[in-house]
Amino acid sequence: MASTVDKILASRAFWRGVVSIVVFVILWEIGARSKQWMAPDAFAPLRELLGAIGLKKDYLPWIGAVPAPSAVLEAWAVVLGQAGYWQSWYMSLLRVAGGFIAAMLVGIPFGLLLAVSRTAHGIGFPVFEVLRPIPPLAWVPASIIFWPTQELSITFVTFLGAFFTIVINVVGGAKSIDVRYFQAAQSMGSSNWDIFRRVILPGTLPSIMVGSAVGMGITWEVVVAAEMISGGGSQQSGAGGGLGFFIWSSYVGGSYEQIVVGMISIGIAGFASSELLRRLGKYVTPWLRAR
Amino acid sequence: MSDARALPAITAGEITVQGVSKSYGTSHMRKEVVRKCSFTIERAKLTVMIGPSGCGKSTLIRLLAGFEQPSEGSIALDGASITRPDRDRLVLFQESALFPWMTTWDNILYGPRARGELGKETVELAEFLIHKVGLQEFRAKYPGQLSGGMQRRAELARAMVNNPKIMILDEPFRGLDAMTKELMWEYYARLFEENRRTNFFVTTDIDEAVFLADRVLVMSNIPTQVVAVIEVDLPRPRRLSDIVESDRANDVKKQALSILHAEAMRSFAHGSRAAADFVDAYLKRARNS
Repeated sequence: MASTVDKILASRAFWRGVVSIVVFVILWEIGARSKQWMAPDAFAPLRELLGAIGLKKDYLPWIGAVPAPSAVLEAWAVVLGQAGYWQSWYMSLLRVAGGFIAAMLVGIPFGLLLAVSRTAHGIGFPVFEVLRPIPPLAWVPASIIFWPTQELSITFVTFLGAFFTIVINVVGGAKSIDVRYFQAAQSMGSSNWDIFRRVILPGTLPSIMVGSAVGMGITWEVVVAAEMISGGGSQQSGAGGGLGFFIWSSYVGGSYEQIVVGMISIGIAGFASSELLRRLGKYVTPWLRAR
Repeated sequence: MSDARALPAITAGEITVQGVSKSYGTSHMRKEVVRKCSFTIERAKLTVMIGPSGCGKSTLIRLLAGFEQPSEGSIALDGASITRPDRDRLVLFQESALFPWMTTWDNILYGPRARGELGKETVELAEFLIHKVGLQEFRAKYPGQLSGGMQRRAELARAMVNNPKIMILDEPFRGLDAMTKELMWEYYARLFEENRRTNFFVTTDIDEAVFLADRVLVMSNIPTQVVAVIEVDLPRPRRLSDIVESDRANDVKKQALSILHAEAMRSFAHGSRAAADFVDAYLKRARNS
């Protein structure tokens, strides 16, 4: 374990990543404080120039209106101690996990079925292709009506976000398996079930993992938006309705630092879940990295 | 470990192809690939089929393997008509068909496992074969980690563990570099000489054909048929160094080349691109020797 940490610390890519984040935060801090350092007379021409092109005069455009990272950290330190913030994490994670796992459980078998059975493809694919272009968020109003609880409707929309991507990848992956593998398996006396289990399934696995990783990204996008639109489904008052609702209520409450806290939290959550899936992917497809 | 006892008795099969034609498409889109083709793949012999590229050899292989059915005529293994793929007739394809998601060892054991025949004897046979092909150190590696030559050897082992009556090889050494290719010829010839299974080997390479074959079937351009059968009565075991100097081998080569050349000239007159390439290569070769 220690050796992997050492390896990461020794890698150039890791330090490049660290430098890039640090530089980003510094530039952000400088930009956000532009109101202060642009106050002296020396910056008067710059202020005039900004005014002349129709922007606000007293700070750098856009970034000057954003809370500084130091202020965000301060706000973060405060919410870290609040149960509501962690409740938001928990709610969003629960919905993402629920929707995503349901999408895998339904999407992978459905995709495989479409790929192996011409009849199933003929019946199922047209409907699927009509429903697929509908953005998950367009489902929000309908799913609030369909499902008995807000919780279920948000999870359902989250599910849709991942489902279509997973199915498309599974079908594509299974169909692109080289016909030689099937011929070889047949010649050696494989039954259909055996071919499914030992050729189609492992042959599709890389595509399943790619589809899942992409689907996971969409899941986070969708859950946040759904929470904002549906009001977070919070029976409890305040920030009980997930990270999307956390951002929304911060906005309504006028706490701009907290908006950024919420955004970064989602970034971290999304990165962590993608990383988890990448690890899982590497683990279940060992032949891809063994080169 | 590499004990000859582990090898089960080999039953060599014989395939008869009679008046086989194969066409694809319908009505005016119809394309005839094989026309009234008849030949025998003799028992316990190494028959090599040579013909210009794109002449329909791979189609014939799909028919022999049972992946497709002939439009006309019949193909039979030891008198029984071929209707579907079977472990009796195993095919080695042009490119590796090893399952990338299985280790070498699991690939070799694929057939027995699929048929539920994974007994002690089969494992012993697999063990014997993996030594035979020199991959015992690589049993836990995935095909992506093996070199091209190793992949071909692993595939030979994967086929032989099923103890087929006939092995069908579709340009198996194509794409290997010249060095590896020659090593594979000697290697494959030795394997054949040791077990004398019926082998059917398809190639476009005249040197490969002459070195390996007991009989060479020379094919016409598309739609393909057999235009000549040449018996290659060179002694076995064969070594590449002997063959290079053998006058008899050179005679056979010249004979086959001149038939192929005549065939190519005929197709060339009909505007075949592959034939033009062949004529080109032939003239270059004639100038050099």
